[in-house]
Amino acid sequence: MSTVKNILLVGVGGQGTILVSKVLTTGLMKAGYDVKMSEVHGMAQRGGSVTTQVRYGEKVYSPLIGKGMADILVAFEKMEAVRWIEYLKPDGIVVVNNYEIPSLPIAIGNAEYPQGIMEALKSNFRTIEIDAAKVATEVGNIRTQNIVLLGALVKAFGLTEVDWLEVLKDTIPEKMLDINVKAFNKGMEL
Amino acid sequence: MSGNEAIARGAYEAGVTVAAAYPGTPSTEILENMIEYKDCIYSEWAPNEKVATEVAIGASIGGARSLAAMKHVGVNVAADPIFTYAYLGVNAGFVLVTADDPSMHSSQNEQDNRYYAKFAKMALVEPSDSQECKDFLKEAYRVSEEFDTPVLFRVTTRICHSKSIVELGEREEVPFKPYVKNIPKYVCTPANAKLAHPRVEKRLEALEEYSNRSPLNKIEYNNKKIGIITSGIAYQYAKEVFGNDASYLKIGFSYPLPMKLIKEFSENVEELYVIEELEPFMEEQIKAAGIKCKGKELIPRIYELNPEIIANAMLDKVYETKKLEVEPVPRPPVLCPGCPHRGFFYTMSKKKNRVVTGDIGCYTLGASQPLEALDTCICMGAGFSAGMGISKAFEVSGRQGKVFGVVGDSTFFHSGITGAIDIVYNKGNMIPVVLDNRITGMTGHQENPGTGKTLMGEPTTEIDVVEVLKAIGYKTVKVVDPCDLKVMEDTVKEAEEATEPYAIVTKRPCVLIKGLPAPKTKCIVDRDKCKKCKMCLKVGCPAVFFKDGKSYIEQTMCVGCEVCMQVCKFDAIRKVGE
Repeated sequence: MSTVKNILLVGVGGQGTILVSKVLTTGLMKAGYDVKMSEVHGMAQRGGSVTTQVRYGEKVYSPLIGKGMADILVAFEKMEAVRWIEYLKPDGIVVVNNYEIPSLPIAIGNAEYPQGIMEALKSNFRTIEIDAAKVATEVGNIRTQNIVLLGALVKAFGLTEVDWLEVLKDTIPEKMLDINVKAFNKGMEL
Repeated sequence: MSGNEAIARGAYEAGVTVAAAYPGTPSTEILENMIEYKDCIYSEWAPNEKVATEVAIGASIGGARSLAAMKHVGVNVAADPIFTYAYLGVNAGFVLVTADDPSMHSSQNEQDNRYYAKFAKMALVEPSDSQECKDFLKEAYRVSEEFDTPVLFRVTTRICHSKSIVELGEREEVPFKPYVKNIPKYVCTPANAKLAHPRVEKRLEALEEYSNRSPLNKIEYNNKKIGIITSGIAYQYAKEVFGNDASYLKIGFSYPLPMKLIKEFSENVEELYVIEELEPFMEEQIKAAGIKCKGKELIPRIYELNPEIIANAMLDKVYETKKLEVEPVPRPPVLCPGCPHRGFFYTMSKKKNRVVTGDIGCYTLGASQPLEALDTCICMGAGFSAGMGISKAFEVSGRQGKVFGVVGDSTFFHSGITGAIDIVYNKGNMIPVVLDNRITGMTGHQENPGTGKTLMGEPTTEIDVVEVLKAIGYKTVKVVDPCDLKVMEDTVKEAEEATEPYAIVTKRPCVLIKGLPAPKTKCIVDRDKCKKCKMCLKVGCPAVFFKDGKSYIEQTMCVGCEVCMQVCKFDAIRKVGE
């Protein structure tokens, strides 16, 4: 179905991809779309590679997307962008956090963190590079990197028809709301 | 709503009053969501799936609509009561939810549990999205009571953990069925079972007749050139690929199959295909009935499906992708920074000839690099009992050395206790070790008999692992903090020398337990003192890695467990923040 849009969020367990997908799906539902979202729990919580798939449109059947089907790939970590790149359409968009988390084989010295990722992405796809860690730190909490990336996604994908501030209010605990709204707005500006 | 949330909601709307489960991905959130309805549904974490099923069966006999939920391999544990209850028949409705895991996202196999319905001769229902999870469950209870049968409700990871929009309904207040003592029905002596079996065969005939007119089985005629018979999540993938260019027979009630409906459908379409995830459960039966169709010649029987796989297999459609020249390094799951299991496995990893039989839980990760301190992992409970077998094999073959068997606290209550008994009773040359982190860890922190709290949030008797082991007959039960490496090593050595039954309990809470006090100190590397020996990397902590040629500890991840500090021979790691 050509009218259905596919968003693939990838990252490392603990980076907050699930919260972003929750905000995202809530917003898309409010905008009147049929929405399906799929994520995998379990082993992924232990620092493994995690993915969340969000599909929306007039009528969505499959909650899953296959290779070459994503319209946009949002990578919360740089190497994860490479791992999932085959799922992106050749004319798709990559939003990538310029942030490295070494995986265990790298940490224990059995492998090197791959070099040249950003260049490879940029020469093949429309790539939006975000330094979410820097922005989140400026905002005042490094843990808001995920919401910075959400802002960047909303802007890159033109999802401005949704009242995202209202959605953030509904999905984020009051204590953390202000800082996350700031992070979101910063992400939109990038 | 996720499928799991929708199942809990469906149970509420169907008037269920008793629910029991043992946690297991992807089924765990069903009962976690059930407590939202705790005013009208009693729910519990049972020590294992067999107990959960028996509790639900008992409730059904007692007159309450009941539900048991578990992951696919949990049904193996619960198979005994299920097969018998299929013979006995229900009083109030009884549904067993099996959450299968195609592609083994968090499991040791990808068995297709639809075969259990055929094997045990009970009804089978397969929803294809969250809305159906809720709605079909209500019909499942109606079928259970009308046909006097347990119902197997089969979902898969992508049903359980996908979210889609659900329209809610009202709760149906179902009156309790009167409990009437009925020995011929509920006492499964051979004499009664002999009478039950013909009833079961008759019931299958009646269920097949129902299947042909069930609202869960639906024909959608579009283009009749291609006809697709499909069930569960595969229906969504097929619709995604073919849209209105094919006709569908969507099967929601999949055992017994609606053979009359299938025949009618096959006669109205030119080419018939069966699209199902994993095994050819429907295809085999359709082909056996002499109906021509194509299925597993095209659609893979291993791993989960998706629209791309179906489009590729049936339409030769290949979605274009671009490859990059950069290769990613694998990112396997690891023990968290500060995980209490790390100290134990590091100790075991120091001597390569130590044999450690493992079990299912976070501590299965003790087998990963760089620790590689597990020899086996088979199923829940085998950490002790398979270790017992290995120790006996070593005994008869004359190999020296003790075997260490590992289970977690929740697994100890699940089925570790029986293995612990076997070791004492049959004089095994092995040491059972309970890695007690005060919670059911891997599935996301559920209460268990050792935590002193129930699923409903009530305080309860805290069953003490140490006292249980003592009562079994272990002369020494050593309780240690696994992050104290010296004590851990001394204990393991003492255990190796022990001549009487000896057990170890490592006690330290999982660092992710909510409400634990935040760590006061962290560890940092004194870069001047670091000699680049890489000893600290051998503990396999994700917070410790090499940066600019020397060891480095990521401060946002470190929780100050001090395991790395104890292995550094040059005192280059120290505590900060006191």
